[in-house]
Amino acid sequence: MFGGLAMSPRAARLWISSPPLVYLLVFFAIPALIMVLASFRYAGELGGLAPLVGSGDPDELAGLTLENYQRFFGDSIYLELFLKSFLYASTTTVLCLVLAYPLALTIARSHAKWRDLLVLLVILPFWSNFLIRVYAWMIILGPQSAFTRVFNGALGLAGIEPVALLFSPVAVVIGLVYVHLPFMVLPLYANLEKHDPSLLDAAQDLGAGAWQRFWRVTFPLSLPGVYAGAALVFIPALGIFAIPDILGGTDGLLVGNVIKQQFLDARDWPFGSVLSIVLTVLAVLFAGMAAWVARGQRL
Amino acid sequence: MALLEIRSVTRRFRDFVAVDGVSLSIQAGEFFTLLGPSGCGKTTLLRMIAGFDQPDGGQIVIDGKDMAGVPPEERNVHTVFQSYALFPHMTVEQNIAFPLKMSRCPAGEIGARVREALDDVSLLGMEKRFPNELSGGQRQRVAVARALVNRPKLLLLDEPLAALDAKLKEKMQLELIALQKEVGITFIYVTHDQEEALALSHRIAVMNKGRVEQLDEPAVLYSAPKNRFVADFIGECNLLDCTVALQDGGTLDLDVAQLGRVRAAGVEGSAGATQGTLALRPEKVSIARALADETCVNRFRGKVHDYLYTGDVTLYIVEVEGGRRIEVMLPNNAVGRSSKFFEPGDAVEIGWREDAGHFLRD
Repeated sequence: MFGGLAMSPRAARLWISSPPLVYLLVFFAIPALIMVLASFRYAGELGGLAPLVGSGDPDELAGLTLENYQRFFGDSIYLELFLKSFLYASTTTVLCLVLAYPLALTIARSHAKWRDLLVLLVILPFWSNFLIRVYAWMIILGPQSAFTRVFNGALGLAGIEPVALLFSPVAVVIGLVYVHLPFMVLPLYANLEKHDPSLLDAAQDLGAGAWQRFWRVTFPLSLPGVYAGAALVFIPALGIFAIPDILGGTDGLLVGNVIKQQFLDARDWPFGSVLSIVLTVLAVLFAGMAAWVARGQRL
Repeated sequence: MALLEIRSVTRRFRDFVAVDGVSLSIQAGEFFTLLGPSGCGKTTLLRMIAGFDQPDGGQIVIDGKDMAGVPPEERNVHTVFQSYALFPHMTVEQNIAFPLKMSRCPAGEIGARVREALDDVSLLGMEKRFPNELSGGQRQRVAVARALVNRPKLLLLDEPLAALDAKLKEKMQLELIALQKEVGITFIYVTHDQEEALALSHRIAVMNKGRVEQLDEPAVLYSAPKNRFVADFIGECNLLDCTVALQDGGTLDLDVAQLGRVRAAGVEGSAGATQGTLALRPEKVSIARALADETCVNRFRGKVHDYLYTGDVTLYIVEVEGGRRIEVMLPNNAVGRSSKFFEPGDAVEIGWREDAGHFLRD
């Protein structure tokens, strides 16, 4: 009775995959194209975009222009902004890796009955709101907090002047690492959990001590997890604006903050688009590089 | 002094005694096999020799040195694992160089020694391959080469041929024998495959429930098993419960239920026995429509119940007049044998010589 609905496997595949395809087309590809177009236009007087076709008034800005790109490449302040964002994102990635690796390894090597619980604990922070968690750091790092007092007390004992933790680069990095840590732990854990324990037995049997077993067997085999985790941390950290907004103070601005300012405060959509496009291109380049390096390792 | 001394070693896992007071002494240059069904403790014993597990009691002494508290990486003992455990991210060359690097072999020597090891296992030319580009047999050889490359005192092999198909298994068995002879390193081989054990070993320890049931050369083990377990585990065997009716010097007259009176050769320690088991190998029993061979003192008439044709031999199950079923093996190239098999229901006569069966005292 369903004979009339029979379709070829190819058609079936297309049918099943079409909802996400349509979704991505409408909400990603088309907006991205609109943004590319916007980056070549003038800003409207009251925000938004100037008309594409002018009314004939010689003073009116209309049509297409390279001005926005000239502005970006003409002032080194934007390059410095990207460099600064790159530095924060890389610092975050490295710190996340250093903190997440022992954690992921401990979970992967713990008894099977504990593993699910431990993974649950790693993702537990996702159950509360992202902003609330970042505001919590504002309190923890604030000048009156117990943490800051103990910290500055310790500095005092060492003869160092007390420092302000909040609204500093340190606070931004702490926030970035805290928020992104699970994105490093999960791919690492997924990789480490699959490792064949007999390889470690073999390495030990052939004379490798604990450090050699880690460095020559576990770590190289975990590189796909390291690359995946690095991409999942680095790329969002590069464009994030909420954390520097809340914890970073006035000179803690990163690319994400400036893009947000261009769209919402300066109401300069075309220049905001230029910054967004450069950010996207950089992110794609890094993701591509991670994939390329991973493939070069034959993993 | 033996190379490896295992002195009343015991290993318990909660209530389960995996290895129960085992003592063995293995000489340098020996091909020694631990044979037994799964769960008999052979792998636990091997892991304790390698250092992955510690005995709860007893002592393991390698080359005169007590191994208590010595971790695996500091023992001059290497293992070929059942899964081979080749490092998937390293080439054949890098896998084999691994133990050399661990033992701080001078970098200049590594290349030559890797080539030598590859030559030993006939894998020259495969240096740059990765393990996933090799066949099962090639992987097995890389695992052996890697474990042998820095000449350990002892090589432990944990069912290394279990994953290979029958033809390749046979080929690798011959290669292992040749290799062991060539390198002269002591091999301790673990397997549950009795044919493999018989084919490879100088001596075999048959293990069951954590104990060594018998330790002997393959031929002795096969022809003179010490007890029912060994007789049953090694090769096909008719195990006939019997009572001793008469004992006269070198011969025993035995009563076997559902069969009758059987004459068997006495064995060491059979004097005064009243109960026992007669272990009778199927290939020692003759079968014919009417037996001509006068040396068969034990003769019984019966009919063929069923048979199993395996190419080179046929195994007949014959039900004698008393009702007992006896397995009889007949080579298919036996002289005078017609192309026709005995069919189920055919009337036959079976028989065996006095010294064919092996009496096991209870």
